Amino acid sequence: MDFSNLANALTFANLALALFGVIAGTVIGSIPGLSATMAVAVLVPITFAMAPASALIMLGAIYTGAIYGGAYSAILLNTPGTPSAIATTFDGYPMAKRGDGDLAVAIACYASVTGGMIGALALLLLAPPLSQVALAFGPVEYLWLSIFGLSLIASLSTGNVLKGLTGGALGLLLSCVGVAEISADIRLTFGSSTLIGGIEVVGALIGLYCIPVLIDLVATPERHLKVEEEVRAVRFREGARIAWGSRFNLIRSSVIGTVIGILPGAGGSVAGLVAYSEAKRTAKPGQKFGEGEPDGIMATESANNATVGGGFIPTLVLGIPGTPPDAVILGALLVQGVRTGPALFDGGGSIVYTFIFGLFIATILMLPTGLLIGRYAYKTIVTIPKTILVPAVGFMTIIGTFAIRNSISDVIIMITLGAIGWVLSRFGFAASPIVLGLILGPIAEQGFVQAWIIGEATGNLTGMFFGRPISLAIIAFTILSLLYPLVQSRRAKRLIKMQAGSND
Amino acid sequence: MLNLRTVKTVAIASALSLAAAAGALAFPDKPIDYIIPFGPGGESDISARFQQPFFKDKFDQDLVVSYKPGGGGAVGWAQLNSMATDGHTIMGINLPHIVIKPAQKDVGFTTGDINAFYMFHYTPDAVVVTADSPYQTLADLVEDAKANPASVTMSGSGKATANHLAQIRFDKMAGIQTTYVPFKGTGASTTANLGKQVKAQWGYTTVGAAQGDAVRLLAVAMEERHPLFPDVPTFKELGYDMVGGAYRGMAVPKDTPAETVKALSDAFGEINADEAFRKQMLDGGFALLDIDAAGMADFMKARSDEYLQAAKEAGLIE
Repeated sequence: MDFSNLANALTFANLALALFGVIAGTVIGSIPGLSATMAVAVLVPITFAMAPASALIMLGAIYTGAIYGGAYSAILLNTPGTPSAIATTFDGYPMAKRGDGDLAVAIACYASVTGGMIGALALLLLAPPLSQVALAFGPVEYLWLSIFGLSLIASLSTGNVLKGLTGGALGLLLSCVGVAEISADIRLTFGSSTLIGGIEVVGALIGLYCIPVLIDLVATPERHLKVEEEVRAVRFREGARIAWGSRFNLIRSSVIGTVIGILPGAGGSVAGLVAYSEAKRTAKPGQKFGEGEPDGIMATESANNATVGGGFIPTLVLGIPGTPPDAVILGALLVQGVRTGPALFDGGGSIVYTFIFGLFIATILMLPTGLLIGRYAYKTIVTIPKTILVPAVGFMTIIGTFAIRNSISDVIIMITLGAIGWVLSRFGFAASPIVLGLILGPIAEQGFVQAWIIGEATGNLTGMFFGRPISLAIIAFTILSLLYPLVQSRRAKRLIKMQAGSND
Repeated sequence: MLNLRTVKTVAIASALSLAAAAGALAFPDKPIDYIIPFGPGGESDISARFQQPFFKDKFDQDLVVSYKPGGGGAVGWAQLNSMATDGHTIMGINLPHIVIKPAQKDVGFTTGDINAFYMFHYTPDAVVVTADSPYQTLADLVEDAKANPASVTMSGSGKATANHLAQIRFDKMAGIQTTYVPFKGTGASTTANLGKQVKAQWGYTTVGAAQGDAVRLLAVAMEERHPLFPDVPTFKELGYDMVGGAYRGMAVPKDTPAETVKALSDAFGEINADEAFRKQMLDGGFALLDIDAAGMADFMKARSDEYLQAAKEAGLIE
């Protein structure tokens, strides 16, 4: 590595591309249905005419911007703009409801920038050794990782574990619909061609999160979000103070995001959820996760932006895409004649390092642009009359769902799920466990089937499932995450008893 | 919501301006929609992206790639015949998918529904091992599999796919029994192989091109050796009559006029004849194929028979 690559990244054209990428990405990511993958795929032809490093910088900037942009709709509309922002809704929307939406958007921006920087730093300094993590994860590890993810339902739905688990099971069932990913069986379609493509995760997100919000908006006379009477000063500083106070949470979540980003089968949604539950587990007394706790937003948003840098590690070092947008970028590189692999880093490697510095620049640019766009988005959503907001958002949910794979079936499924989600929410079932089941179901199923086939072939099924060190570590974490709420409540009871005793 | 709206307007406007970039007189007289029935980043997407700039160069119209994934391609193919028949909407097709899928179950289309007009390349089947694998040659693998039936695990992309059919056919020819482990796509299958979760991989020559020194190809299913891997023998050289892989091409809706089909076939034939295009494809590990609309029926017939026989013997279809 030498710093001439930094100079290469700092040309005016590259800076302009990074700025354009971040802005375009942020806006696209904020629209539910328009994902980072799509944004990158649409812009690939433009990059054919560019130098490879510039093309990479632009695509990387769009990607990182889109992951941040997903936080806006999560906070302001309770609808994750991308799957990565699912856990952002937990505390983001309650904050917005009580009138702190601008603060939440600012905090999300600081967290995203921190996460992006730490992910990019890992990519710069530790890419070749860290890429081995991707290879150490076999089918069994993915199985246990997804079981761990499902165990988070228990800790996320405190007070209502049974309803949470029911939702999770429903999600798992929904994930089986359509053509099975690896066995090619057609399941649960009931002969309908609408269901043959399965239930698309982003479409389900839009339906389950956004439709109930829209229905409630129409059904209640109140304003969408609470608005303070007096015009407040910009809350950038207050946000920065909160972020600084939670710097350990930010760093921990960013590291979690980076490592999970390296795993090709996991992705930003899992990273955000794991970081969120970790932040919740280590919460200070008085912090109320799920009711508008800034630390919850920071954990998710730093983790999901850290997956950008993390995901590029296997992409560039091994030629194995870490995340779906990475797959598109890898394809674009191939067309440009750039071969990925260890040699890309060792020999010359100038394209890679120019790109990594470009990613840093894009992440830094996200700070001013993100805060400005965020402020504007907040003002718009808050001041716009409901009679315009509801049809506009409703229209976008349909367009966004259709755009995922140009499929009208997805729109039908989205609206149906939305109606079901609204009914379920009246009975206290949250959307998140359902979506968690939908996302993690296929990962668990594939891991299980593959591990079983391999274990049987090598005559060591038990060793396959329970004999591998990484698997055992994940199993331990799973048990910890399942037992922790119990331990915590017992400790709380004992504390109350002790205090009662000392008062005597 | 204003900001989101503005952006959408901008996005639509820029898409339109891209579309209206140039107006030639003859066919194609507007951009061509090229629908890939899979997600972005796979071999189908990448080879379409290779065609994109050449098409623009030769015909002064954009080839606009979009994706309609789902059901292992079935979602897209089932809708093909309800699309516009003016030749400006084409869809990527893959073999053996379009033969095996409808033979397994009702997936909303039949092989006969697909009006293929050009097959432009294939990714030849290849046995891939890691650089430090104990298998130096294909004979080593066969020997191990003979000594330990079913214990040689091989990863591949999906079930009843090109990789899977290759495994079935090869096991039969060599008189061995290996265990096929299906993964979601070639990327995941390659990861499993590199991470030594399996002993070898049924992949393609493209895996060798992408992974370079990290892997070793034991044999490729081509008539002659691939120029990128002059040291890797073909299955034929080793005594196994195996030539094939995953074939890719393009199709139009059934009711498209014959002259339009002919024009499309000629246009893509012209791209395939371009030396620069051929070189790019070969460098990526692909193998070129030049089956035009006129020769399509014979080609499809031969492939279908082969696939259906292998799938039947393996009990994948009835």
